[in-house]
Amino acid sequence: MRDTVEPYVTEDGRTIGGVVMELKNITLRFGGVVAIKDISFDIREGEIRAIIGPNGAGKSSMLNVISGFYTPTEGEVWFEGKPRPKMRPYQVAQQGIARTFQNIALFAGMSTLDNIMTGRITRMKSGLFSQALWMGKAEREETEHRAAVEKIIDFLEIQHIRKTPVGRLPYGLQKRVELGRALAAEPRLLLLDEPMAGMNVEEKEDMSRFILDVNDEFGTTIVLIEHDMGVVMDLSDRVVVMDYGKKIGDGPPAEVRNNKEVIDAYLGVSHD
Amino acid sequence: MFYREAGDFKTSYRDDSQTFPIKFDRFRYYAVLLVALAIVPFFIDSYWANALLVPFLIYAIAAIGLNILTGYCGQVSLGTGGFMAVGAYACYKLMTAFPDVNIVLHIIAAGGITAAVGVLFGLPSLRIKGFYLAVATLAAQFFLIWLFNKVPWFYNYSASGQISAPERTVFGIAVTGPHTEAWAKYLVCLLFVAVLAWVARNLTRGSIGRSWMAIRDMDIAAEIIGVNPLKAKLTAFAVSSFYIGIAGALFFAVYLGAVEVGEAFGIQKSFLILFMIIIGGLGSIFGSFAGAAFLVLLPVLLKNVLVGTLGWPTDLAAHIELMIVGALIIVFLIAEPHGIAQLWRIAKEKLRLWPFPH
Repeated sequence: MRDTVEPYVTEDGRTIGGVVMELKNITLRFGGVVAIKDISFDIREGEIRAIIGPNGAGKSSMLNVISGFYTPTEGEVWFEGKPRPKMRPYQVAQQGIARTFQNIALFAGMSTLDNIMTGRITRMKSGLFSQALWMGKAEREETEHRAAVEKIIDFLEIQHIRKTPVGRLPYGLQKRVELGRALAAEPRLLLLDEPMAGMNVEEKEDMSRFILDVNDEFGTTIVLIEHDMGVVMDLSDRVVVMDYGKKIGDGPPAEVRNNKEVIDAYLGVSHD
Repeated sequence: MFYREAGDFKTSYRDDSQTFPIKFDRFRYYAVLLVALAIVPFFIDSYWANALLVPFLIYAIAAIGLNILTGYCGQVSLGTGGFMAVGAYACYKLMTAFPDVNIVLHIIAAGGITAAVGVLFGLPSLRIKGFYLAVATLAAQFFLIWLFNKVPWFYNYSASGQISAPERTVFGIAVTGPHTEAWAKYLVCLLFVAVLAWVARNLTRGSIGRSWMAIRDMDIAAEIIGVNPLKAKLTAFAVSSFYIGIAGALFFAVYLGAVEVGEAFGIQKSFLILFMIIIGGLGSIFGSFAGAAFLVLLPVLLKNVLVGTLGWPTDLAAHIELMIVGALIIVFLIAEPHGIAQLWRIAKEKLRLWPFPH
């Protein structure tokens, strides 16, 4: 946990703390249901930003807005200093935003290697005819990207399941492969939707280590939704707290932990 | 004993991702290709060509085509017969309009035209999925057959409403028309199959193939990690229809010579090819061959046994044959939903460890 949110330069020369993404007055409605009410917050370069809140608070909806799966009813998403126009999810991915899912969404019929290779799809440019003949560019590109993917496989320690169809893997490993697939895109912004749901303590520790390593070694900015408070307090630099679609807290973990509204939301004080 | 990976070290990613990672498989593949190319043409007679080998090769192309769409990209299609008809009629129109151009180019161009038609009928797939898409492609099937029956321009205003292939030669040897030798038909089809199967393998192992499979396995996740669903689905429709169009052109020009559209390319053909890929194995090039071989070979075999050996009346044998094929399809769907290709995979897995169980 870092103590400051002011911009600063790390030892290896990265500027931490410049604003990467800013969400301005986001409101999301589905018919009469208001999932998100007028929420604003920013995400800074190189930080781990957690979004927490009770069930149904609108956390996943928020992540879906960031990843372009939902278009906000009102408000703007600013990415890298510019307002983002309405775009399809695959275009958002091409801008360098990758994510994992709360319920694992791997390609069950494909091997671990193919799943992670698919994560690099936004970086592969060879055309239909080049691939049909498998000569020159297509083959060269495949080998280059394979080398990059092998680095991720090494990093996540999943060499032994490289060619296993992911449908056959146990839950914890599937979560890890899914993280690998998101990492393969070398994203600017990595969104993790409950990366530790349903894991035992050892698996959670492993996953926490990977998340910290990703943040440290690649300098990836991470937005994280998680229910395990211990994990959130240990990993994150700043926390947004949501309840019933509204933002009720925002700040470093220590500050959020002592926020009265947050305590009320979690302990269930009656709303009168 | 020979079927081992041990000692066969891969030192580059290129080697590691080759089609046949085991040496024995590689040699067997070259051996099959050699026998098919250099030995079979000298021994083939017209019974073997017309009853077995030529239909097998043509159906294999169509099955690979449908497998790309349904097995790899997950878009169910019941319009295969209609798209084969597009290939056949495109080839016929090109053959009669440009008699001086080589027939091989006509067949490839017919594939290209079918690809364009396929993309057109693939557009609904962006909105609808599963059974609903199957119904939309079924509409394509009926519409296309109706169109070729109804508009005389397509069959050059012939009195019978049929189309028949004029004689065309490659290197001075007739490959279409009534004077075609059995071995010439066989070789033309074989060359198309060899090239198209190789291209299909290349496409399915690269980034395009992965984007197809991603759409098949989980389309929402695929889009969120950066697969453009429009591009992935429409390329699948285009490539698939290209293959099916070539199969249709070969079926008409090389195999049958004369075609009545409703009979040759009706809904039965769509189902036949769908059964081929289900029995052979969805999402497998080998499965397309296995399925085509199975459904071409089985009726011939049953007929020979029932009529030839047991001496049953022909009509009884024909009915029994339908029942046996139907029963086998059900057995396959229950016992091995991944088809012959999966059985083959399991057999190879066991063989690699033989004589040890694990």
